[in-house]
Amino acid sequence: MPHEPPRLSRRTAFKAMTGLVLGVYLKPGSSMAQSGAAQILRPDGSIAGFAPNAFVRIGSDDMVTVLVKHIEFGQGPFTGLATLVAEELDADWSRVRAEHAPADANLYKNLLFGMQGTGGSTAIANSYEQMRKAGAAARAMLVEAAAQSWRVPPTEITIERGILRHAKSNRQGRFGQFAEAAAKLPVPADPPLKDASKFRLIGREGAVKKLDVPAKTTGTAQFTIDIREPGMLTVVVAHPLRFGSKVASFDAAQARAVPGVVDVKQIPSGVAIYADSTWPALKAREALKVTWDERAAERRSSSQLIDEYRAMSRQKGTIAGQHGDVDAALAGAERVIEAEFVFPYLAHAPMEPLDGFLRWDGDKAAARLGSQLQTVDQQTIAGVLGLKPEQVSLETMLAGGSFGRRAQPTAHFAAELAGVAKAIGPNRPVKLIWTREDDLRGGYYRPLFVHRLRGAIRDGKIVAWVNTLVGQSFIKGTPFEPMVVKDGIDPVTVEGSRELPYEIPNFRCDVHTPPVGVPTLWWRSVGHTHTGYAVECFIDELLQATGQDPVAGRLALMGKAARAAGVLRAVAQLARWTGPGPFGDRARGVAVVESFDSFIAEIAEVSAGDGGGPKVHKVWCAVDCGVAVNPDVIRAQMEGGIGFGLGHALFAEVRLDEGRPVPGNFDTYRSLRIHEMPEIEVTILRSIEKPTGVGEPGVPPIAPAVANALARLGHNRPRQLPIVRGTV
Amino acid sequence: MTAYNVKVNGRSENVDVLPDTPLLWVLRDNLGLTGTKFGCGIAMCGACTVFLDGKPLRSCSFPVSAVGNREVTTIEGLSGREAAAIQRAWIARDVPQCGYCQSGQVMSAVALLKEVKRPTDRDIDLAMNGNLCRCATYVRIRAAIKDAARALGA
Repeated sequence: MPHEPPRLSRRTAFKAMTGLVLGVYLKPGSSMAQSGAAQILRPDGSIAGFAPNAFVRIGSDDMVTVLVKHIEFGQGPFTGLATLVAEELDADWSRVRAEHAPADANLYKNLLFGMQGTGGSTAIANSYEQMRKAGAAARAMLVEAAAQSWRVPPTEITIERGILRHAKSNRQGRFGQFAEAAAKLPVPADPPLKDASKFRLIGREGAVKKLDVPAKTTGTAQFTIDIREPGMLTVVVAHPLRFGSKVASFDAAQARAVPGVVDVKQIPSGVAIYADSTWPALKAREALKVTWDERAAERRSSSQLIDEYRAMSRQKGTIAGQHGDVDAALAGAERVIEAEFVFPYLAHAPMEPLDGFLRWDGDKAAARLGSQLQTVDQQTIAGVLGLKPEQVSLETMLAGGSFGRRAQPTAHFAAELAGVAKAIGPNRPVKLIWTREDDLRGGYYRPLFVHRLRGAIRDGKIVAWVNTLVGQSFIKGTPFEPMVVKDGIDPVTVEGSRELPYEIPNFRCDVHTPPVGVPTLWWRSVGHTHTGYAVECFIDELLQATGQDPVAGRLALMGKAARAAGVLRAVAQLARWTGPGPFGDRARGVAVVESFDSFIAEIAEVSAGDGGGPKVHKVWCAVDCGVAVNPDVIRAQMEGGIGFGLGHALFAEVRLDEGRPVPGNFDTYRSLRIHEMPEIEVTILRSIEKPTGVGEPGVPPIAPAVANALARLGHNRPRQLPIVRGTV
Repeated sequence: MTAYNVKVNGRSENVDVLPDTPLLWVLRDNLGLTGTKFGCGIAMCGACTVFLDGKPLRSCSFPVSAVGNREVTTIEGLSGREAAAIQRAWIARDVPQCGYCQSGQVMSAVALLKEVKRPTDRDIDLAMNGNLCRCATYVRIRAAIKDAARALGA
C-alpha cells in the first residue's frame, strides 16, 4: 500500500512524545537542523535518550522503545511492529520493549483507514514499510553519530545486536552512547531498507519472543479493569432488557442505601451507579428499580427473524456480483441442488468485558481504555463533554481480547464512559465496567444471517451458482457508510460470497439488508464468518453430488486462484490427504477461505462424538499471508482462530426471545474448553508477497471443514448453527 | 460494613467491606492485587482462580466472610518449584495471547502439578476445563504443562 514515509516536524514529534513516560520530556533537536529528532530529557535536564521519530525512542540505557499504534489484545502487534523496527535497527531483542502510542490520528493513523484504529487484520500489512523506515532512520542516525565521533566513514560501520562497530579501527559502542549525538542530526527522509536476504528477525523461527508474555504470565500486565486511582469511582450502568428502550423512570432509594454507593444518575444509555468499589455498585444495581419505555424497542424473537429472512431469501436482492446467465443455466440443468444456512447472532465475549477510565476536569479529559478505534473514541468523548478532540488525551490499554468488540463505529462505549463522567460532574474520575451480563446482552453482535444457495449441475459439472444472503448491515447508518457502502451494497455483508475462488460459468450473488433494531458489529473475520461456511459447505456438497474428491474437485475449479490453490495443496500434503473417508469412525473435511488478503486452508478430522456434539480430533492448517514476519505469532493466531471458530460453530448463539437476548453468562453462552480443543498442525507457506493479516483469517475455514467431515460420516452438513443446539 | 482479617500471600490484611463481598473484589479493590481477574462472576470462567489453603478456588463466587483463617494465595504470591516451572514453560511457549485469563490458567496449572507429577491429557482436561480462554490458547497451555512436568523431573 503506498504511503508517505514518516516525515515529522519537530513540533509533531514533540507532541507525540508528550506524556508518554512519567518524568521524561522532550526537547527539540538542534536549532539548526531541519530535524525530526528530539532529545528525551529527564526532569533534571540530563539526557535520557533520543526520539528519531514518532515510533522509536532510544534511551541512554540502550533500551529501544517502540511506540505501537495498534492495540495489543493478543494478536501480536507489540511483537510484530517491534520486530520490524528492530530488524532495520539490528537491535538486541532483549533490549527492545513496546508500548502503545497515544491517540493522535496525524501521527498514528492506520495507513489503510486514514484514522487511528485496528481491524481487518491490517496491523502488519499497513505498518510493514512504515515501521521498517522508522527503524532504518534511527539506525542511520546512530551510525552517523558514531561515524562523526570516531571520524570514520559511516559506510564502514556495522551494527550487530545493538552494538555499533568499526572493524578497521577496532572500535565499538552501544546505542545509548550515541543517543545524545544522534538526536542532533537531521532525520534522513528516505533511509534505505535491508534486503530480505539480510533479515535476522523477520521470518526467522525463534528469533524473537513475544514482548507482552512475561507480564501476562505473572499477573503484572495492566488492563483497564486494573486501574486504581485516588478518588476513583467505580461505575456500572443498568441497561434495558430490549434494544431501543429508554429509561421512563427509576427508583434509586434501595440502591442508594447500599453502603459504598456514592450516587445514582440517569444517563442516555441507562441509569449509572457510582460507588467507592465494585461490589457495592453491583449490589446497588440489583436493588435499583427501573421502568423502561419500550415503545421503540425491538421485540422480535430470533425464530421470527429467521422466518422473515427465509421468506426474503426467496426474493432476489440487490445484486452484489454476477456473470453468465444463471437463470438459463438453472432452467437447463440436469439437477439443481438447494441449501439454506442459518447463522445466529453471536457475541464476541472477550474475557475482559468492556471497561474504561476517564478523568475530566471541565477543560480537558484523559481517557484510558482498550480502544480499537482511538480517533473515533477520542472525538466521541470530546463531543459528549463539549471539548475539542485535542483536549482529550487517550491512552490505549492492553485489552483482554476484543474479536472486533472494541472497534465501534458508533463509539457507544466511549460515549457511555463520557456520559457517566459528565452526569456526576468534573473532577470525579470514573472507571466504568461492564459485567458479563452487560456484555452478552448488550448487543453489537455478529448479525443473524440466512443464506440460500442453488447450484446447477449438467454433464457432471457445476454450471451455475446462486447465493442470496439476508442479514443486517452494521455499516449503514454509521459514519463509515460513505466510505464503505458502494451502489447500495455493504461489502462486508457479502465478502467471500460475491466472488468465489472457483470458476463457475454462471454466477449470481445478491443480498437483502433488512433493518432490525438489534445493534450488530464486525466479529472476528466479519462477513467470512457466515459466507465462508455457506460457500465451503455448498461447494463441498456439489462436489460430493458429482462424485468428486473435495481437494481435487476444488483444485480443478481454481485455475485463477493460485494462492488459494497453493494453501489447499499444502494442507492436503501436511495431512497426507487420501480422501475424506470415512476411516473407521472418523472422517475428514476440508475448507479454504481467502480473507483479509490471506489464504487459509484447513482439514478437520472428526468423529460423531459421544452425544455432546461432534468431536474434532485434529486440524491441519496451511497459511499464506505473504512475508511471514513472526512465524510463531502466525501459528498462534491460526491455533486461536481455529479454537475460536470451532467453539462458536459448535455451541454459541445469542438467541432473542421477544427481543430479549437470552444468554447472560458463560453458563448459557457456551465457549470452547480445553478438552474440546483439537490438536493443531500449521504450515506457513514461504512467500515474497507483501505481508497480510493473520488475526482473523484462521477462523472461517474451521466450521465448514467440520461440517464437511460430518457429511462423510452420514450426517448432513448442519444447516443451522450452532451445530449443538439447545445445550449448555 | 464489617471488618475482616484475611491472610493473603503470607500477610495479614484488615478490610472493612460488606459481608457478602466476593473474595475477588476484596483482593482487587481493597488490597490492590489486580492479577486475579474478573470474567463472569459465577465461577464459570476461572479467571479469578486463587488458592485457598493451597487448593484452587473461584474467588468471584466465594464471600470474604467465609475465608476465616485460611491462607489465600494469589498470582502475586505464587511461589515454589511448580510455580516456577509453570511460569517458565508459559514464557518459553509464548502461551498468552490477550493474557487476561492467564493468571487463572497459571494458578490452575500449578495446582495440578502439585497434585499430579506427570499429568496425562485426561488429568489436564479435568484440571483445566474450568478455565476459559476466549483466545483458545489451549494447545499451548497443554504443551506448557507437560514441559513443566518434564522440567521438574517427574
